[in-house]
Amino acid sequence: MIKTLLRICVVSALALGLFSGAVWSTPATAGVFNPETFTLKNGMDVVVLPNHRAPVVLHMVWYKAGAADEPKGKSGVAHLLEHLMFKGTPKHPNGEFSKLIARHGGEENAFTSLDYTGYHQTVASDQLEMVMELEADRMTHLVLSAEDVATELAVVLEERNQRLEGKPAARLSEQAMQKLFPKGHPYGRPIIGWRAETEALSREDVLSFYKDHYAPDNAILVVAGDVDVAEVKRLAEKYYAPIPPRGLPKRAPLTTDAPIIGGETVLRDNRVKQASWSEHIIQPSLTNGETGRVAALEVLSELLGSGGTSRLYKALVIERPLAVSVGTEYMASARGDGQFVFYASPRPGVSLDEISKAVRVETQRLVDEGLADGELARIKKRMLADAIFSRDAMKAGAYSIGGALASGHRLESVEDWPEHIGAVGEQDVLDALNAVLAEPRRITTKLLPNGKGDGA
Amino acid sequence: MKKLYVILLAVALPLSLLSFPAAAVEVERVVSPQGIEAWLVQDHSNPVVSVRLAFRGGAEMDPSDKAGLANLAASTMDEGAGDIDSQTFQQILADQSITLRFSASNDRFGGEVTTLTENLDQSMDLLRLALTQPRFDDEPVARLKSQLIAGIQSDSQRPGKLAYNAFFKAVFPDHGYGRDSDGTVESVTGLTQADLKAFVQTRLARSNLVVGVVGDVTPERLAALLDKTFGPLPAHPTTPRAKEVVPNATGRVQVIELDVPQSTVVFGQAGLKREDPDFYTVLVMNHILGGGTFTSRLYEEIREKRGLAYSVGADLYPLDHAGLIIGSVGTENARVAETLDVLRSEWTRMAMGDVSLQELDNAKTYITGSFPLTFTSTGAIARVLVSMQINGLGIDYLDHRKAYIGAVDLAGVKRVAAEYLDVDKLDIVVVGKPVGIVPSP
Repeated sequence: MIKTLLRICVVSALALGLFSGAVWSTPATAGVFNPETFTLKNGMDVVVLPNHRAPVVLHMVWYKAGAADEPKGKSGVAHLLEHLMFKGTPKHPNGEFSKLIARHGGEENAFTSLDYTGYHQTVASDQLEMVMELEADRMTHLVLSAEDVATELAVVLEERNQRLEGKPAARLSEQAMQKLFPKGHPYGRPIIGWRAETEALSREDVLSFYKDHYAPDNAILVVAGDVDVAEVKRLAEKYYAPIPPRGLPKRAPLTTDAPIIGGETVLRDNRVKQASWSEHIIQPSLTNGETGRVAALEVLSELLGSGGTSRLYKALVIERPLAVSVGTEYMASARGDGQFVFYASPRPGVSLDEISKAVRVETQRLVDEGLADGELARIKKRMLADAIFSRDAMKAGAYSIGGALASGHRLESVEDWPEHIGAVGEQDVLDALNAVLAEPRRITTKLLPNGKGDGA
Repeated sequence: MKKLYVILLAVALPLSLLSFPAAAVEVERVVSPQGIEAWLVQDHSNPVVSVRLAFRGGAEMDPSDKAGLANLAASTMDEGAGDIDSQTFQQILADQSITLRFSASNDRFGGEVTTLTENLDQSMDLLRLALTQPRFDDEPVARLKSQLIAGIQSDSQRPGKLAYNAFFKAVFPDHGYGRDSDGTVESVTGLTQADLKAFVQTRLARSNLVVGVVGDVTPERLAALLDKTFGPLPAHPTTPRAKEVVPNATGRVQVIELDVPQSTVVFGQAGLKREDPDFYTVLVMNHILGGGTFTSRLYEEIREKRGLAYSVGADLYPLDHAGLIIGSVGTENARVAETLDVLRSEWTRMAMGDVSLQELDNAKTYITGSFPLTFTSTGAIARVLVSMQINGLGIDYLDHRKAYIGAVDLAGVKRVAAEYLDVDKLDIVVVGKPVGIVPSP
């Protein structure tokens, strides 16, 4: 639908992965997904989410290593490794992994984010053992030739062309994140890597990242669908438990306390036909900064800028038709800092400065006048209902919980989410808003056509 | 992501390419007292109901000077109906956590309701109002037009959109399929409230409607809701469907210059319609050539062996009045010529009948086994129920699909490969700055 499509994704560069903070949610009773969990003796965490609607099972392994864990100068290596993980092992050489899964009617893929890398297969439930054997095998037995690396590097550079180079909005986002997270902060570089660094990656770089991070004590197994916990336990003991732990060091904290250059990032391109504006503001995540503010920030984002009934949409798209789209997004799921984002695209004849001022005025109105009667209750009711819908899809719980655990959050951050949302009061929302407004670590982006105009 | 396939135009068709093991779900035919039919899969494990509906006929029926009409109707029908104005309507949906929306594709006008069981009656009443008494007030129509126009303008610089539009325009020069279903800035600007009201009155009727429902609802309750919701629709649509058309793929090469480092290539030629007796055979053949796994020949030769592309694939594209085989690939400007050479040589190799029994068996087990994998949410299953009805597959289709695929043999694959794949008629559109590609005169 157009209304969703027009939420122009200046904010999306943080998530090459599939997980977004908004996925989880739920009823006010205990738990959201109510998973069963256990830990193998080598330290590998296991999450099981039984769901018997269809004879299908989703098998995922999440590594607690993403682009933000790369050594300096080696950007793109986490993602390149993800591609190369499909090449082969002594037991299953020559791309046999994908061939076997396809032959058994399975689907598979993988993703890399700043904080984690995930591999997943969806198969008929009687094929769980096959995919578990394959995934456990490649956790420590990957074999790479220099030629594999060279060919896959070409593929990755084409992926970069497709995702970034040809898209002005994506290039702007890449530049903006470098400013929001300056001085070599790992969140300031793109997941796919800086082109020059990625091009120079060698087979040894890839294998060294693999050895440093791919181990059972740095991984989470998530199995969802038509299985029971006893079966998963039996298979995990057979395939994953024998892999020796590495005793990997704890991940270093990711703080953004360096002074920020901030200001404005502007990108002009003659291919831009619809100008857009955004403001990215550092905020707490589930494990970084004032974590007690996370739930209030989620409610704030819902109320201020989520969908066609939000305050900003009503004010700037319907009542004073200044924008074709406007909204907010809050991303709490990072291992490092989170972000609160405002974004808007003006109607013809309206400048980006006008639109950003109007967003500020409307936001200030909430500070000055507070919430309307019943507004908070309505928003919370809607957010809590989302939890019931999220249980409708087999994969929702797997992605929410896998992403949370791989980012270093506790399971409770997902399962207790309804309680946290339920406890948010009006003053909490206003306090969260004031903290957003007062935060100095922020960056504005402007995407404009060529020329001197400001989008008008 | 490691592997992201270029997604073909967002049409609801791939559902027809799926299959399902018997006995996993039970599909019930529910017929209301007034004779309105829906297919139902009951699932009482979660208090959610998903309703999907489709009217036969879509953007292909938009008059040429009103291109984008079906799409604008889809975007505005949920913006107020009956006595309820736009903002109130949207507020009720938000407060009750009801998803109610419409969509338009070439051949269909689709609708979706997803709701908590406790709000099902209210949801269906809002659906009834939106289908039969949409208001199309000035403010929401102007607002949605401005959003759609902004989208069309942004799309005008997107390589994939440009390539597909040029491909369809060339292949269907005098048919609704040749026009972008979003319309143009000019055509959308010119659309009026009267156009929208006429759209609803002449195109949405009981005789061209199919309904699929999955979730926490009984057949008895559904039957009553069907009459209340869809009973007020007219019996028959009065706008005629578009005509049958033969795709005019002649092997031409178009180049659209765009200043981007990677060229986007769309290629295709005539295929077949869903009802064609050869459908499953061509489906299997195409899967071996370019289908949606990481093992197709195009994937293997273009990506795995040569690193020419991140995404490459080909799919069947059956429409109501024509059929296509269509694919796409993105590659660096300097390597387009090499990529096209590989593509053409694979196209020819398959056409010559160079295919093994092992490849056939692998394709069949994949196509059979992967079908149930999508049956993991109420909405996904409801979409399959709609697709089965639209395509006239029969309520027992899920039990028989495996046998249809199983019956495909090597001789059949070789026969259809020779019949359908003709490299001299492969139409190609390149968007970018390709090196060494000469467009057809």
